[in-house]
Amino acid sequence: MLTTEEFELNMGPQHPSTHGVLRMVLKMDGERVVACDPIVGYLHRSIEKMAENRTFSQVIPVTDRLDYCTSMTSNYVYVLAVEALADITPPARGEYIRVIMTELNRIASHLLWYGTFCLEIGATTPFLYAFADREKILDLFEMASGARLLYNFIRIGGVGRDLSQAFLDRMMEFLDGWEPRVPMYEKLLDENPIFYNRTKGVGYLSQEKAKFYGVSGPNIRASGIPMDVRRDKPFAAYEDLEFDIPVFDEGDVFARYRARMEELRQSARILRQCFEKIPGGPATLPLNYRIKIPEGETYQHIESPRGDIGCYLVSKGGDMPWRCKFRTPSFVHIQIFRDLLPGVLIPDIMAICASFDIVLPETDR
Amino acid sequence: MIVEDLSNADCLVVPKEIYRQVAEFLKADAELDFDYLEFQTCADHPPENLNFVAYLRSLGKGHRVGLKIVMDRRHPALPTLADLWANADWNEREVFDLFGVVFHNHPDLRRLMMPEDWIGHPLRKDYLHPNVVKRPD
Repeated sequence: MLTTEEFELNMGPQHPSTHGVLRMVLKMDGERVVACDPIVGYLHRSIEKMAENRTFSQVIPVTDRLDYCTSMTSNYVYVLAVEALADITPPARGEYIRVIMTELNRIASHLLWYGTFCLEIGATTPFLYAFADREKILDLFEMASGARLLYNFIRIGGVGRDLSQAFLDRMMEFLDGWEPRVPMYEKLLDENPIFYNRTKGVGYLSQEKAKFYGVSGPNIRASGIPMDVRRDKPFAAYEDLEFDIPVFDEGDVFARYRARMEELRQSARILRQCFEKIPGGPATLPLNYRIKIPEGETYQHIESPRGDIGCYLVSKGGDMPWRCKFRTPSFVHIQIFRDLLPGVLIPDIMAICASFDIVLPETDR
Repeated sequence: MIVEDLSNADCLVVPKEIYRQVAEFLKADAELDFDYLEFQTCADHPPENLNFVAYLRSLGKGHRVGLKIVMDRRHPALPTLADLWANADWNEREVFDLFGVVFHNHPDLRRLMMPEDWIGHPLRKDYLHPNVVKRPD
């Protein structure tokens, strides 16, 4: 007689589709998942402990390593918390440069996501297009900050270096050449029946569940909740800029893909406005490098490409943070796999995991 | 209850005993409607205190609040919120791992970041490890 039984399957820590070192202990019934237990911590570098032993300015390069796809937003959220405690307002030009950098980084991060997401479900061509375009943004970052991945660019009281007119012109040149390519990205996938069957209705996340789990960013907007820190609590120059927040109600993998593609267009729209509106004057305040911050605590958050990233900062009046905690979106998004994965097939795991755009260094910190 | 004004959000200092009731009330009350947990964490203040904070937000109403609990750092323990907001599960596991706070009724209280056999709680200020060199003052 044929007998069947459930078995345990370890997916990861070294698995190409987990974007880093995530291990998922799956309980399987044949090809179907019965239970999933995500295990993180393989990339724990004690960034929060390291921050307690560095001066406020020295922590900025450490925050680069939180999320290597969007170092600008990780820099920014930490700097915003320090500035809130010290009551520093950067000059208007500095605020605009920050918006330019975070939006460029959003495009770069979404392109990286687009490429790897397609790779996950078996399409190789989009990956090559996306990375060729992302390369141009990295060149722009290199021009501004000297680095391609870990920028250390957004500093307390402003930015590391002012942007030249040559940079802004080159950014516009990039946008003019790149924006017509977005419809091409979509055309590669939208009308493809294989892609459609792999993503439509897969990994459905309801509104209630999204709130219950604390999901944020494009993932919650794909479940029908218009939540965006840029709109809810405008930081930097976002108050003066016009942009839409794309919201989709379907809540499946396809909707999360659509949400990110629409965001690419909105980011380009914001960048064009910044080019028109960027004021002159100084970009940064002349501050002492070893700045002392008054006693207090604060929580600041901004919108990163992955979602709502926050920094909880406690100062005791010295030149080093007393406690520095980062609330990272991927940390929240990985927890939802326990709920979404039971019942799906193994190939759908890749599609669902990739659609949430998780980044493990940010989760483990 | 004492309301402590922080630079961008009001933080309620809540006694440990009513922390769970306050959280339940904040979630259930239709006017407050705190449906979204941002994060929970701790800050160590030796020699006596261990401060726990939890930040809540209402997506519909757009307001937020911080709950702060001052604990004795020798035997810190709190009730769990994992059944009210699901992401409290891992937040509390992380706090348990790195600060040694025990959460009662937690569904699965294991270490999250550190290996299972790790000794000590690294984010405590008095934590010492042979490989960690103290920065000169």
